[in-house]
Amino acid sequence: MERIPILQMGEFLLVTIQVDMHDQLALTLQDDLSELISKTSARGVLIDISALDMVDSFIGRMIGTISGLSRIMDAETMLVGMQPAVAITLVELGMTLPGVSTALNVDRGMKLLRERVAQR
Amino acid sequence: MAALQVGTVEAIKNNQAQLLSEWIQALEASGSTRNLKEQDLQQQAAEFLQLAVAGLEKGNGTSVAAAGWEESRQFLERLSSSRALLGHDSQQTASFIFALKGPLFSLLQRQYQTQPEALAQQLWEVSELFDSFGMHTIRTFQKSREAVIKRQQEELLELSTPVVKLWDGVLALPMIGTLDSQRTQVVMESLLQRIVDTGSEIAIIDITGVPTVDTLVAQHLLKTVTAIRLMGADCIISGVRPQIAQTIVHLGLDLQGVVTKANLADALKLALSRLGVTLSKVG
Repeated sequence: MERIPILQMGEFLLVTIQVDMHDQLALTLQDDLSELISKTSARGVLIDISALDMVDSFIGRMIGTISGLSRIMDAETMLVGMQPAVAITLVELGMTLPGVSTALNVDRGMKLLRERVAQR
Repeated sequence: MAALQVGTVEAIKNNQAQLLSEWIQALEASGSTRNLKEQDLQQQAAEFLQLAVAGLEKGNGTSVAAAGWEESRQFLERLSSSRALLGHDSQQTASFIFALKGPLFSLLQRQYQTQPEALAQQLWEVSELFDSFGMHTIRTFQKSREAVIKRQQEELLELSTPVVKLWDGVLALPMIGTLDSQRTQVVMESLLQRIVDTGSEIAIIDITGVPTVDTLVAQHLLKTVTAIRLMGADCIISGVRPQIAQTIVHLGLDLQGVVTKANLADALKLALSRLGVTLSKVG
C-alpha cells in the first residue's frame, strides 16, 4: 500500500508530501504520525508541502487535525513550503488553519521549530 | 418581395467610377474622413464597391447574413475594426456605408425615370441591403471597441499591482485604487508568487492609495493576509488613514490579529526590527 514516509531527525519528525494526496493516504498519514509521535516522543513535527500543488477541503482539514493532535501529544507542528495556489485555495475554502505555525521553507521552519521547542 | 432587377445591377456596375467619386465627395462633406489618408479612403471605397457589385451580380439577395456576402462582410469587419483603432466614433464609421446611399439613389432615379413603380421597389431593395451593411459595420465596430476597452482594463490591472522589494526579505505592495474581487485576486497571486521567488519573510501592504474601505474590501484584505500567513510569511498593513481607521471602527470590522501601521515608514521600521536589523546615523 502507498505510504508517506515519516523521517526521524533527532527529536523532530519530518514529513514530506511529494505525491498527490488522496483521502485514504491522508488518513494513513494521520494514523502513522500519531503512532510515531507517541513511540518516539517527538518534540516537533515538520510537514513539507512544497510539492503539493492541489488541495481540497479534506486535505486542509487533515492538516488542521494533524496539528491539533500533535499539540495534544506535546509536539509543535510546523507547516512549510505552501504554494501560492494552495494558500489561495485554502483561504477561498474558508480554512484559515488557526493555530498552525507556518514557514516559507524547510530551513526556516526547522529554525523556528527549534526556537519554539527551546522556549518550552 | 421581388429581388433586385438585372437593370439595377447593370446600372451600378456600369457607373462604378461615377458612384465612387460622388461617394468620396459625400464622405468628405459629412466629415467622416478625419485623419484618414485620401489614398486609403479611395482604395477602401473602391474595394467595397467592387465587392458589392460582385455580390450583386451573383444574385445574393438583400440580406447580409446570406452566405454569398461573406467577402463583403469580412471587408466591413476589417474596416470597422481599423476605424475603431483610429478612434473614430460609431457615426463616422457608419457613414462610410450610408454616404453611398445618396449617389446610389440618384443613379437609380436616372435609370428608372419612366417607371416610378419599379423605382420605388428597387430603391427599397437597395436601401434594405445597404442598411444591413451599415448595421453589420456598427455591430463589428462595437465589438472592436469592446475588445479595446477590455484590453485596457487588463493592462490597468497589471500596472496597478507592482510588488517592490524594500529590503532583503521585505516586500511592499502599494495598493492604488478601489479593491474589488478581481483586483484582489491578481494582487494576491502576484504578491504570493513574489514571496516564494524572493523568500521574503515580511510583506507590507500599503493601503494609502485605497480611497475607501468597506466590509468587502476589509474581507479581501483579510483573505490576502491569511494567505500570506499560510505561506509562512508575516504581513503588515500600513497607510491606514484617520478616516479609514474611523470607518473600520464604525463598521465594527475585526482585523483579527493583523498588524496595522499608520504609514509605510513605521511598517518598514517594524519589519527591520523583526529581522534584527538596526539602523544608525553616521556621525
